[in-house]
Amino acid sequence: MSILVNKNTRVLTQGITGATGQFHTKACKEYGSQMVAGVTPGKGGTSYEGIPIFDTVRHAVAQTGADASVVYVPPPFAADAIVEAADADIPLIICITEGVPVRDMVRVKRYLAGRKSLLLGPNCPGAITPGECKIGIMPGHIHRPGKIGVVSRSGTLTYEAVDQLTRLGLGQSTCVGIGGDPVHGFEFIDILEMFNRDPGTEAVVMIGEIGGSAEEEAAAWVKSNMKKPVAGFIAGQTAPPGKRMGHAGAIISGGKGTANEKIAAMKDVGIRMAPSPALIGRTMQEALATA
Amino acid sequence: MNIHEYQAKELLRRYGVPVPDGKVAFTPQEAKSAAVELGGRCVVKAQIHAGGRGKAGGVKLAASPEAAESAAKELLGKKLITHQTGPEGREVRQLLIEQGVNIDRELYLGMVLDRAQSRVAVICSSEGGVEIEEVAAKHPEKILKELIDPAIGLQAFQCRRLAYALELPAEQVSKLVAMMQALYRAFDECDCSIAEINPLILTKEGAVVALDAKMNFDANALYRHKDILALRDLNEEDPREVEASRHDLSYISLNGNIACMVNGAGLAMATMDIIKQYGGEPANFLDVGGGANKEKVAHAFGILLADERVRGVLINIFGGIMRCDVLAQGVVDAARDLKMSLPLVVRMQGTNVDQGKKILANSGLPIISAETMAEAAEKIVAAVKAA
Repeated sequence: MSILVNKNTRVLTQGITGATGQFHTKACKEYGSQMVAGVTPGKGGTSYEGIPIFDTVRHAVAQTGADASVVYVPPPFAADAIVEAADADIPLIICITEGVPVRDMVRVKRYLAGRKSLLLGPNCPGAITPGECKIGIMPGHIHRPGKIGVVSRSGTLTYEAVDQLTRLGLGQSTCVGIGGDPVHGFEFIDILEMFNRDPGTEAVVMIGEIGGSAEEEAAAWVKSNMKKPVAGFIAGQTAPPGKRMGHAGAIISGGKGTANEKIAAMKDVGIRMAPSPALIGRTMQEALATA
Repeated sequence: MNIHEYQAKELLRRYGVPVPDGKVAFTPQEAKSAAVELGGRCVVKAQIHAGGRGKAGGVKLAASPEAAESAAKELLGKKLITHQTGPEGREVRQLLIEQGVNIDRELYLGMVLDRAQSRVAVICSSEGGVEIEEVAAKHPEKILKELIDPAIGLQAFQCRRLAYALELPAEQVSKLVAMMQALYRAFDECDCSIAEINPLILTKEGAVVALDAKMNFDANALYRHKDILALRDLNEEDPREVEASRHDLSYISLNGNIACMVNGAGLAMATMDIIKQYGGEPANFLDVGGGANKEKVAHAFGILLADERVRGVLINIFGGIMRCDVLAQGVVDAARDLKMSLPLVVRMQGTNVDQGKKILANSGLPIISAETMAEAAEKIVAAVKAA
C-alpha cells in the first residue's frame, strides 16, 4: 500500500510544454505513471508524447478525469497555476517550482483552506510510490517497493537516504518531499499521520533541516500518536545563524530553528536520530530491530 | 535582500509612515550641507547592514553643521564593529543625517512571516530600543501579536487592539493605527520578509515616528521589484556570494578550509555537517542546483578556489536530473583549466554514475574517488591533513 499516489493516480502536468515539464513528464511516463493530460494556456489541442494538452485545468479534468496535478510553471505564475488546479477541485496538487514568492504562497494557502484540494510543495521533488507512480523529479531507479515511508524537506538528501535504504534491502512504501519553502502545503505532521494509518507502511524516515518549527511540532505529534518506529536526520548542524542555506525556509532566525533544537526534540520522543547523513539507512534498520 | 536605514525610510515615507526628516551623505561636505538644511542640530548615523550601530559609536549627535562635518569625517571609512558585524566589522561608506526627535516613549513595531501560522504577523512591544529577541526570551508577555488574514489585510480593529494594549493616550491611538496600516501596505506591496521599526517613538509633542527602520525583502520576489533591486548595496555582501549569485549558484562562506560543491541544499548542508564530524572544517556551503552544466561547475570551482583558506575540495553529487558523466567532465575540465593542485575528493551516485567514474579515472588527474559520504569526508579530511 501507499499514501497520496498509486498505480491508479491520473496525473495532469501544468507547464507541460516548458523544458522542465517536458523532461519530467516523459520520465514519469517511462517510469509507469499514468500521465493523462497537460495544461499550457494557448497550447490546447496539441499534444506531447501522446499526452493531450489543454488550455485550462477544468477542461483537462473534464476530458481526462485527472485527479492529481504536478506544477512545473515558473515562479511568477506558479501560484496562479496552483489556484487554478484548486478551483477545478483536483484532489492532489504537487508544486515542484522553486522560487515562488512567500506572499503568493500565503495567499494560496488562504485560498486552499476549506477546499477539496491538498497541496504538496512548492519547491519539492514530489512524491513516489515505487513501482506504481512517480510524480516529480526524483530518480526512479534508486527506489524499491517496500514498507518504509520517507518524508523530507530536501531533494537530493532524500535520494541519498532512499539509496541507503534500498542498498540495505529496505524498500519504500511512498517517498514524499514536502519542500524547502517557509510556506507550503503538507507539513511533516500531515504525512506522518498518513503513514501511521497506512497498512503498507511499517516505519518512517523523517529528514528535516534548520529553520522553522515543523520538526518540533511533528515530534510532539509523534509522542502522542505514532504507532510505528521513526528514524530521523536533521541537516544543518554546521549552518551559521541568519543565513539562508539554499532553501528559502532553511534559515536560523532570532536563535530559533537550529538543528540541535530539532534533534533534541525528536530524540526526546523516541525518534532514533542518525548521527551522520551516511547512516540514515542504518539508523532505520536499527530502529526496526529494536522496535 | 537587505537595504540601508536611509533607503528604508525613503520607502516608508512614500507609504505615509512618519519618519524623521533626513538625507543621506557620502562625504563630510554633504553631511554639513544636510545639517544646514535640517536647521543645524542633527544626528549623524552610520549606514551599514547591521544593527547595534549606536552602541558601537556609529550614531553621533551634532549641535551644528560643523560638528556634523567632523562627525562625518570620523565615521566615513571607519570599520564599525557591532555585535552583528562579526569581529572584522563593516566599513562605513554612507551616513544618514537626520533630524533629532524628542523622545517620550520607545516602542517596538515589526512585521514578519509567522511560519507556524503561514500568516504575516504584526508584533509590537512596549519595550522598544532593545533587541526584540531578548524581550521575547525574558518577557514574552510583553510581546503583542496580531495575525493578518491575507484575504482582508490588516484591519483597523486589530491595530486598535494593539494600541490599547500598549496603553497609548487616546490622541496617539489613531496615529499608531494609521502607521501600522501604512507599514503593512509597504510590507505587502514590496514583498518584505521583515519590516522592523525599533524604536518606534512617541514624541513629547504627541507624534508617532519611526526612529529606525529595517527592511528585508523576499529574494524570490525581487524579479517583480526592479526598483527595490536597484537599492542593493554589493559592498555589504560577501564578494564570493555575490559572484556565485551571478551564476545562479547558492554559496555561503564559512570559516574552514575544506571547500564543498554539492547539488541540493539539504545534501549540501549534510555534507558540511559530515566534514565537521570527521574532524574537518567546512569552508563553505555551495549548491550547484539541479541543472548544473560544465560552465556552472567551472564557475563553482573558481569561486571555491578564490578562497585562499581552502586546502582541499570535496564534491558530493547525487545525480537525479544532473548526470554524473556531465558533472565528471565538468570537474575534469575545470580542474585542468584552473591547474588545480589541491586534494580533490569526488563522490558521485545516481544517473550515469559508472560513466562518470570512468571519466574521472581516465582523466590523468589525481582525483580521489569515494563511494559513500562517510568515505568521502574521511578521505578529504585525511588528504588535507597530510598535505
